[in-house]
Amino acid sequence: MYKIVSKKILNPTVVMMDIDAPLVAKKAEAGQFIILRVDSEGERIPLTVAGYDREAGTVKIIFQIVGATTEKLSHKNEGEYIEDFAGPLGLPTHLEGLNNVCIVGGGVGCAIALPVAQALKAKGAKVTSIIGFRSRDLVILEEEFGAASDEVIVMTDDGSYGRQGNVCVPLNEMFASGREFDKVITIGPLIMMKFVVEATRPTGIPCDVSMNPIMIDGTGMCGGCRLTLNIDGKRVTKFACVDGPDFDGYQVDFDEAMLRGAAYRDFERHSYESTCNLFKKEVK
Amino acid sequence: MAKANMNPKKNPMPTQDALLRAHNFDEVALGYDEATAIDEALRCLNCKNMPCVSGCPVNIHIPEFIERIKEGDFEGAYQIIAKSSTLPAVCGRVCPQETQCEAKCVRGIKGEPVGIGRLERFVADWHNMHSDVAPECLPNNGHKVAVVGSGPSGLTCAGDLAKAGYSVTVYEALHTAGGVLVYGIPEFRLPKAIVQKEVDTLKAMGVEIVTNVVIGKTLTVDELFDMGYEAVFIGSGAGLPNFMGIPGEALCGVYSANEYLTRSNLMKAYLDSPETPIMKGGKVAVVGGGNVAMDAARTALRLGAEKVYIVYRRSMDELPARREEVEHAEEEGIEFRLLCNPVEILGYNNPDDRSDPKNGFVTGMKCIRMELGEPDERGRRRPVAIPDSEFTLDVDTVIMSIGTSPNPLIKSTTEGLEVNRWGGIIVTEDGATTKAGVYAGGDAVTGAATVISAMGAGKIAAKAIDEYLRK
Repeated sequence: MYKIVSKKILNPTVVMMDIDAPLVAKKAEAGQFIILRVDSEGERIPLTVAGYDREAGTVKIIFQIVGATTEKLSHKNEGEYIEDFAGPLGLPTHLEGLNNVCIVGGGVGCAIALPVAQALKAKGAKVTSIIGFRSRDLVILEEEFGAASDEVIVMTDDGSYGRQGNVCVPLNEMFASGREFDKVITIGPLIMMKFVVEATRPTGIPCDVSMNPIMIDGTGMCGGCRLTLNIDGKRVTKFACVDGPDFDGYQVDFDEAMLRGAAYRDFERHSYESTCNLFKKEVK
Repeated sequence: MAKANMNPKKNPMPTQDALLRAHNFDEVALGYDEATAIDEALRCLNCKNMPCVSGCPVNIHIPEFIERIKEGDFEGAYQIIAKSSTLPAVCGRVCPQETQCEAKCVRGIKGEPVGIGRLERFVADWHNMHSDVAPECLPNNGHKVAVVGSGPSGLTCAGDLAKAGYSVTVYEALHTAGGVLVYGIPEFRLPKAIVQKEVDTLKAMGVEIVTNVVIGKTLTVDELFDMGYEAVFIGSGAGLPNFMGIPGEALCGVYSANEYLTRSNLMKAYLDSPETPIMKGGKVAVVGGGNVAMDAARTALRLGAEKVYIVYRRSMDELPARREEVEHAEEEGIEFRLLCNPVEILGYNNPDDRSDPKNGFVTGMKCIRMELGEPDERGRRRPVAIPDSEFTLDVDTVIMSIGTSPNPLIKSTTEGLEVNRWGGIIVTEDGATTKAGVYAGGDAVTGAATVISAMGAGKIAAKAIDEYLRK
């Protein structure tokens, strides 16, 4: 059992928790993920590490309520426990040799992008952050990005906060004005990462993406998290849990990843609705 | 004592009716009762040279335990098995006895061999029903050993070391102990309560089991030594599933057998309202001919599939699965498409509507017929495709069960641990790796193999670790 040391609601659908998991906290690096189960009947879900405190022995997770498991997790309170918490899994984000990086985060993906920005800042790199959200009330971590970046651009789809438009708007402007980066690192919804990759491709600047496919064990056993890379004209199967979750964005077959991500859409919607109804009944 | 039973046939194993069991997850084989066990035991000739023992990877004293059954001393029989095997209730169910102990049985020359596996199962179940006595352990010797993985090799190694007086900690990556016995082998073939009982026995012997620790990630092998462990046994299992590399393997509805079985077994997707989903119903093709393929096919049937095919590129004679599983699968109505090989998995694609919810789901599998050609280096006749013999199997789900490749997590974080060309950990005859104090066994060394061979490796390594730490 793993204790929830602190809990904070970041916006109506995004929750931050610090979990007491000293062994994981000791090893975690930006870009890695953990697998958790809320209770003894729960499913295993992967969540990317949003931060860690090695001294306090805690690991920070930030999650969006998108389904039954995250709904259940969001109802857990400070001082309560979750059943399982294993990690850190996957490979850390590759930061060596990077001195000037553009970080592009979207929605709850910003939670994962933040530790990458912080790690880069800590080693003295120049960090430009573009973070995008649907609207003003969904904006998270703006202050933290401010502290970890030389420049932060906040975008909202509806223009209710920051600049109006998607994250590619300022990115394209930067490329048009001749801005150079050692790398673009993008983390967010698949469709957003796909567009960021396509926007970056003509510049030849390397572009890494963080994949978050369906996983079961997360340790290199089930193969559910496989994705296809196009490497030198060949299609190669990779496993996000042991080969990733970061990949060269130019190689990833995003269309396939999007189809695979929707494999259990109906089941998940149904399961989410029945969980919500359960909580509603409890409230009554 | 009663007279020897010269019936040329084994006492048949009582089973659930095939049509009934094809729709439930209860155990298929029901086990002998006491009278049947004694009757079967009386078929054993108690040969002086004990050929059966040499066929057993953990060298159980077979004629000796069968003698006790003849006398009605079932607990005595259990204690004899327990000297050699940590998991008798498991082995009695999943060992391929027909190629091991029973293959050497003298009674098998002019009839059927003694049902050694069935007797082992009977004895273990009898013990589990009637006795709580944990096997005896020597007094604690103050030495600490870490075991990586709680599958058959890890549990066996841990059990033997605990008996020899060591303090043993088993580190398991998943949330439940048991490894493949829990995530891989289905309930209807190996009830999880039996695995739990065996794990509880180890705990009663003082073995500590720590879940949610991924060695190679959470802790490295070197850190285990820093923590005071004097030897480490790696039984981390086989690892990543293989795919064929044909078009369409990323479609929704294509699973590895590992994923499919893990969803159903470990994550309990077979229950009525599971939290982990699995695709149920429709027509299912399982590609491969091993025990895992049989498990996946029979699971699919029980989850409500209207039709299940086994697609295997060789013929029935080469099919590597345990004979009893093949027979059970056939009885349950699974259709064997032999001498067939998939060339492409076909998916739904509506070019006019990218948001059509059926896009990306499996609709069929294109296969080609095969014939057997010249034997390969292992003596197995090589399957060769017959030109222009393609046909399409109408299916909604495809389960790839064509083996696994070693997991890279431990190798990539353990300096000095050498692996062979295909990633298996290199060990000596007694299980020692290229790194001092580190031993390994099971699928992490051999690639996908049987539960009992993994147990045999765990046993050999436990003995070697004992000798190493005595020096």
